[in-house]
Amino acid sequence: MKILAAMSGGVDSAVAAARAVDAGHEVVGVHLALSRMPGTLRTGARGCCTIEDSMDAQRAANIIGIPYYVWDFSERFKLDVVDDFIAEYTAGRTPNPCMRCNERIKFAALLEKALDLGFDAVVTGHYANIQADAAGNRELHRAADWAKDQSYVLGVLTTEQLAHSMFPLGSTPSKAEVRAEAAARGFSVANKPDSHDICFIPDGDTRGWLAERVGAEKGIIRDRAGDIVGSHEGAQAFTVGQRKGLNLGVPSPDGRPRFVLEVKPATNEVVVGPKEALDIAEIAGTRFTWAGLDPVASGLIAGPGDPFDCHVQIRAHSEPVASVARLVATGSGTELVLRPTTPFDGVAPGQTAVVYVGTRVLGQCTIDRTVSAVPVPA
Amino acid sequence: MNVYLDHAATTPMLADAIESYTSSLGIVGNPSSIHSQGQNAKRMLEEAREAVARSLGCDPIEVVFTSGGTESINLAVKGLYWERNAGGTPRPRILVPEGEHHATVDTVEWLERYEGAVIEWIPLDALGRVRLDAVESALCRHDDIALVTMLVANNEVGTIQPVSEVVALAVAHGVPVHADAVSTYHHLPIDFASSGLAALSVSAHKIGGPLGIGALVLARSAKVVPLIHGGGQQRDVRSGTQDAPAAIAFGIAAAHPIVPLTALRDRVITGVLAVVPEAVLRGDPVHRVDNNAHFTFPGCEGDSLLFLLDAAGVSVSTGSACRAGVPEVSHVLRAMGIADNEARGALRITLGHSTTEADVDALLTALPAAFARASRAGLADREVPRAV
Repeated sequence: MKILAAMSGGVDSAVAAARAVDAGHEVVGVHLALSRMPGTLRTGARGCCTIEDSMDAQRAANIIGIPYYVWDFSERFKLDVVDDFIAEYTAGRTPNPCMRCNERIKFAALLEKALDLGFDAVVTGHYANIQADAAGNRELHRAADWAKDQSYVLGVLTTEQLAHSMFPLGSTPSKAEVRAEAAARGFSVANKPDSHDICFIPDGDTRGWLAERVGAEKGIIRDRAGDIVGSHEGAQAFTVGQRKGLNLGVPSPDGRPRFVLEVKPATNEVVVGPKEALDIAEIAGTRFTWAGLDPVASGLIAGPGDPFDCHVQIRAHSEPVASVARLVATGSGTELVLRPTTPFDGVAPGQTAVVYVGTRVLGQCTIDRTVSAVPVPA
Repeated sequence: MNVYLDHAATTPMLADAIESYTSSLGIVGNPSSIHSQGQNAKRMLEEAREAVARSLGCDPIEVVFTSGGTESINLAVKGLYWERNAGGTPRPRILVPEGEHHATVDTVEWLERYEGAVIEWIPLDALGRVRLDAVESALCRHDDIALVTMLVANNEVGTIQPVSEVVALAVAHGVPVHADAVSTYHHLPIDFASSGLAALSVSAHKIGGPLGIGALVLARSAKVVPLIHGGGQQRDVRSGTQDAPAAIAFGIAAAHPIVPLTALRDRVITGVLAVVPEAVLRGDPVHRVDNNAHFTFPGCEGDSLLFLLDAAGVSVSTGSACRAGVPEVSHVLRAMGIADNEARGALRITLGHSTTEADVDALLTALPAAFARASRAGLADREVPRAV
């Protein structure tokens, strides 16, 4: 097959590209330019968008012996990922920009361009597996190395996208093996540190970065009963579950610490309460996708309204929680409702819930609303 | 099969230049040494300087060897700027056309940031030609101009600039002019002696010489503050041990007659417009360098076309500057008033001494399929359907 290897300049995508060549494919390396003004290590940038990353990717492509190009997706990235990130935070939600990038850039804009230009698939260094069921339908599964598993951020992929994606690292038992393989192949990036931060926030200061772009206005902090218990310098600086930095003037009645339960950008208010109020008994959203066959076609349920057992993961590295899922028709469409058997901890609207059945990623849902496990005392 | 049509980026080294380069690498002797071996190296170096001078119509003493075009431009622009501001009268203003090469743009912007320079950007017309009325107006309005710097012809779209007209205006106001001839060397005749220029930059690898050497022609009367200080070589303008083998090979390439390319270039222009009627020729259709054909292809990304032609064995360029290979929308096309969406479909085809009719025909054979496919991929900012 003719394969496009998306090469970030990191060790994983370099090894993935090399493995695609070893598997007999005709491979071309492409680095995505996601910033109009790429930073450089010289000016303190880090993440995966620096000029040095582009050079690392090219050097790896040279060693593998494949052609290498840089394609400019900076405008799409700004529109679909950066602006979306700002808009979501402004609306009081907590978005996952890596997920959005996978959904709109890597497996959408890039994949479509690749297919249009004559490629059959895109290969990336993500740790996840694509398997086919008995009938040949493609399914997304967790990686062999659960510690490195990235199936969560790939939960947005659809059947069509899975059909044109390859993840050669998914069955590798550990990241250490990938690094060893990179060293054996002579890649200079074999020991390059993993990227952790949001790539477009070079110094890692998300709050400061947001404050610069959306401004910060003083507002009030209330408890669950609606009483004012303090003030703040800008609601977007808070995240659900946060305890530190609240500087509340009024002590809680029982003297126990309070946590951020809700951020309300419309009124610039922050709601705080006891830790147990962070426990969430139900999450739901109307924006969901299936990574392959839907639950009915997969044979999990007989009819679209039937409940089914699953595991739900609400962050890239959180523990999956055993849950019951059900599709519920609402006035405006269909809502995916997820009820955990033990409460979720500190979920914020805007986060993505990925639904697993065993190792299989069934699909994902952007959380629109949450229901606390602890009702507000009357 | 590999067809090379990116000669403006670099052109293949000439066989006799390679021969004299490699054989002279065995010469022992620093041209600045006093002993006979040093003198031998010095003699060969100066013969090379004379050959380069002949090709540019200047005195050998006016040829300052540098590491290439970028250093030459830096030396001319910064050197003239500092020298013109060394006395009591501040002259912070630099006249620069829009759409210059980044070697110039980034240099004047550095002077603006660190040395208090004031940049007066001269607009281009729709064909990429420097607006003479704007040059004249700026020269009349300001008496604090340090220098004028400009391309002899635009390196992306090939439009020949009115250098002699600009020089006449500038000289009348006592302002020195530097010309960037890197992309036109050996494509347009240069007679430095009669040009009235203070300085002119060229590079060896654009004419079949080696990489890593260029020259700044600096008029006897012109003064610059040097960038590089040291042993005082080359009239104290550019210190550092001189690279005799590279200069020798440069001299050999400079002595080659200019290869006329107009007929081949017109074959490209006519041919491209015939096989892809949607293509738009950019730059001046008449007053353009004989090795440059530049087009925009509506609804295509230049990098898609480049990739597809490369896969078909044809090497061309999008023409615009790259930062670590990151394509940017051409600032030249923007300066010509071309919208970003159109500018994104830019492709520059440049010819050289080794180009044949068969090369041009190979391009014309590969182009229609590449255009069709790149059109399908469209522009990066096209609407991508949401997954949901």
